[in-house]
Amino acid sequence: MKAKVYVTLKPSVLDPQGKAIKHSVELLGYAAVSDIRQGKYFEIALEGQLSATQAREEAVRMARDVLSNPIIEDFRVEIEE
Amino acid sequence: MKFGVIVFPGSNCDHDAYHVISKHVGQPVDFIWHRETDLRGYDAVIIPGGFSYGDYLRAGALARFSPVMNSVRDFAARGNLVLGICNGFQILCEAGLLPGALIRNRGLHFICDYVNVRVESVDTPFTNELKSGSVLSMPIAHAEGNFVCDDGTLDELRGENRIVFRYCDRNGQLTDDANPNGSRDNIAGICNRERNIMGLMPHPERACEDLLGSSDGRDVFRSLAGTLAAAA
Repeated sequence: MKAKVYVTLKPSVLDPQGKAIKHSVELLGYAAVSDIRQGKYFEIALEGQLSATQAREEAVRMARDVLSNPIIEDFRVEIEE
Repeated sequence: MKFGVIVFPGSNCDHDAYHVISKHVGQPVDFIWHRETDLRGYDAVIIPGGFSYGDYLRAGALARFSPVMNSVRDFAARGNLVLGICNGFQILCEAGLLPGALIRNRGLHFICDYVNVRVESVDTPFTNELKSGSVLSMPIAHAEGNFVCDDGTLDELRGENRIVFRYCDRNGQLTDDANPNGSRDNIAGICNRERNIMGLMPHPERACEDLLGSSDGRDVFRSLAGTLAAAA
């Protein structure tokens, strides 16, 4: 079982890296890009006989306690069986 | 009085802090490896600057899980003094011992430069020998020093006089140009509600000798030592 965790900056938090990337993309001529936000992606391999629900609970706990900082970031979890 | 300087893998201002305590404050000081958990016998602990755990995940995020940090939490809860400088400030925020977070500088660059900060609160054990409103010159060296917090936290910090230092120009004006990293409200340093934990991004321990450019940081350590001496 695999848990996929996406960590993104909260919409209210400035993302200077995303802005710099957007600037570069624009220089390449991608005129339709209105915004780019950079985030983090984690793939967590889970062992044992976990149900999808248990796996999700584990991943959510890890995302909340370690992978993200709730003051500045949001996260989303996907479970792949 | 006895000081401890905590050393994580990747700390690199630990020797500067040690030097200042032993040579300028003239008090006993130990290095404390991050795996140690016994802080008995210490009166103040410094969490120094550097790149603990290579800044992996987020600056300060992994150091927070080192064994010594649980002891630091208990140490602070008993009213002892904890000073976090630069990476130490980031670690204290990640550990929830100070509010807010430090994110990437708004200009993206790592900044290594002297900045001016205004003393906003002398009502802390770390600043009680400073003059309110005075301007100090201290170096910064960070890529993630942009202090962010929500509106409620900012109101609380302001209302409780917990903003200790703000970035300013040489005349003490809080301009946007004088804000090197985009920190909210020009915040360079804050303390907790109980006022025994302080974190700041500038390096007072690197500003203790005129030969090195500034000795404005000395009074931070003088205040700290004076507070401990008065309590003894």
